[in-house]
Amino acid sequence: MSTLATTVLDLLLDPLAYDFMVRALLTTLIASVVCAVLSCWLVLIGWSLMGDAVAHAVLPGVVLAYVVGAPFALGAVVFGFLAVGLIGVVRDTSRVKEDAAIGIVFTTLFALGLVLISVTPSQTDLNHIIFGNLLGVSWPELTQVMVLGAVVLAVLVLKSRDFTLYAFDRTHAHAIGLRPRLLGAVLLGLLALTAVVALQAVGVVLVVAMLIIPGATAYLLTDRFGRMLVLAPVVSASCAVIGLYASYYLDTAPGGTVVLAQGAAFTVVYLASPRHGLLGTRWAARRRRLRRERAGA
Amino acid sequence: MATAPAPAVDVREVTVHYGEVLALDRASLRVEPGRVCGLIGMNGSGKSTLFKTIMGLVAPEHGTVAVDGGTSARARRAGAVAYVPQSEEVDWSFPLTVRDVVMMGRYGHLGLTRRPRRGDHEAVDAALERVGVAPLASRQIGRLSGGQRKRAFVARGIAQGARVLLLDEPFAGVDRDSEATMVRLLRELAAEGAGIVVSTHDLHALPELADEAALLMRRVLLHGPTAQVLRPENLAMAFGLGLDGRAER
Repeated sequence: MSTLATTVLDLLLDPLAYDFMVRALLTTLIASVVCAVLSCWLVLIGWSLMGDAVAHAVLPGVVLAYVVGAPFALGAVVFGFLAVGLIGVVRDTSRVKEDAAIGIVFTTLFALGLVLISVTPSQTDLNHIIFGNLLGVSWPELTQVMVLGAVVLAVLVLKSRDFTLYAFDRTHAHAIGLRPRLLGAVLLGLLALTAVVALQAVGVVLVVAMLIIPGATAYLLTDRFGRMLVLAPVVSASCAVIGLYASYYLDTAPGGTVVLAQGAAFTVVYLASPRHGLLGTRWAARRRRLRRERAGA
Repeated sequence: MATAPAPAVDVREVTVHYGEVLALDRASLRVEPGRVCGLIGMNGSGKSTLFKTIMGLVAPEHGTVAVDGGTSARARRAGAVAYVPQSEEVDWSFPLTVRDVVMMGRYGHLGLTRRPRRGDHEAVDAALERVGVAPLASRQIGRLSGGQRKRAFVARGIAQGARVLLLDEPFAGVDRDSEATMVRLLRELAAEGAGIVVSTHDLHALPELADEAALLMRRVLLHGPTAQVLRPENLAMAFGLGLDGRAER
C-alpha cells in the first residue's frame, strides 16, 4: 500500500481507537440523518422558525424529565406541543403577529429551562443540553438516540407521501377525506422527538441548523422531492463526518464544527448549484442573452 | 322506480361569521349533477367561504350542507369532491412533477403508505391525457403555463374520480386560448355527469361555460339561467357598476 493511502487511513482510523469518538460519530451520524430527512418537509412547509421554536422550547421539558426521572423524549414532546399551542393562542387571541408570538413563547420557555437548570443539582450534566456534549455521549444516551431516531425515521418513511401532500396542499388533503390537522400534529411531535435526538449531538442552540440547512441545501439541488429525501441526509451525514474529524484534529468544539461544515456545504450549493444556484442562474441568463444577440445579429 | 339523482351540491340557508364579520348570510345554492354553475360576486362576497363550507372547512352556524347526496364528510371520504385552488394558494416552486400532483388525486383510494398500484398509474395517465398535459407530465409543476397549471389540477380531480368539482377563479392569469380549452374540458366533464361550480369575476367566459349562474353577495341574490343572471340590471345588484363584461373588483 502506498504511504499516502496508509497516512489517510491512519488519519481516519486514529480517532476511532477511542471509544468516546466512536460514540460521538454514531450519535452525530444518526442525528444528522434524522434531522436532514425531517428538514425536507420543514423547509417546504415554511416551518423553519417553528423548528427553531420547538427545539428551544423542549429545554424545560427535558430538565423536568431529568428531575422526575422520566424519559427525556416525553418531556420534550409535552413542551414541544405546549410551545406550539401557546404560539397559536397568542397569535389568534391578540393583535400580535405570528413571528412575534413565536419569538415570545420559545424564548420564555427556553429561559424557564435555563432557570430550572440553575436550581437543579448536577448542573454539569444539564448544561450539556444547551451546547451539546458530543464527546461525552454515554452508551445509554446513544441507545436513546438510536431508538428515537429509528421511530422518527420509520414514521417519516411510512407516511412520506401524506406529509408531502400536507406540505403542498392541505385543502386537497382535507377534500379527499384525510385529516391534515392530525398530519400536522404528528409532524410536530416528530419535530420534538428529533430535537431530543439532535440536542445530544449539537445542543439546543444549534439543533435548528441541522433541521433547516440540509433540506434547504437539497432544495437548491433538485426539483424532485424524492431526490431531496436522498440528497439531504447524504450531504448532512458527510458534513457530520467531516465536521467531527476536523474538530478532532483542529481541537475545536465538535457540535459547532459539524454545523459549520453544513453551513459551508450550503454556501457551495447556493453559489454553484447548476439549476438553482446563484452562478448557475446568472450563467443561464447570460447564455440566453448571448443567444438572443447572435440570433438578432 | 328510478329516483332523480341527488344534487351535487345543496346548500341551504347557510350563515357563517368570521369573528364579527358576516361572510355568508342565509346563502342557498343547489347545483344538479351534469350542470355547470357560475358563482359570481365581488371579492369579499363570500365565494371562497361558500366553497369552504361545501368542503367542510368551515362549519356553518346556521343551515345545512349536502354534497353528492350525503354529508360533506361522507362525500369527502368517498372521494367525490375535488377542489381546484386559486393560483395564489399554490407554492409553484414545490419540488413535485405534474404527474406527482395528479397522483395526489388518488391518495384517498390508496392504503397506509399511499403507494400507487397499476390501476392508479393508469388513472393518472388517462387524466393527464384527457386534459392535454401528458407530454409535460415529468415537468416540475411550476414549469407550466397558467392554463396548463389549471388543467393539471383539473386532471387531479379526474384521476380522483370526483363527481363534484369546485373551481376557484380558474380563469385568472389564463390566456384566451387556454380559457377556451378549459371551457371545453369542463363542458365534457359536466356532460359525463359531474356537478361543477366555478367562482369567477370574469364574466365573458360564462355564457359558453355555465348552464346557470348565481349572484353572491353574502347571500345568493339571484340564481337562474346564465343569460338571465348576466342581464345588466341583475349584475348591478351584485356589483353596482362595471357592466363591460368584467366585474369591478
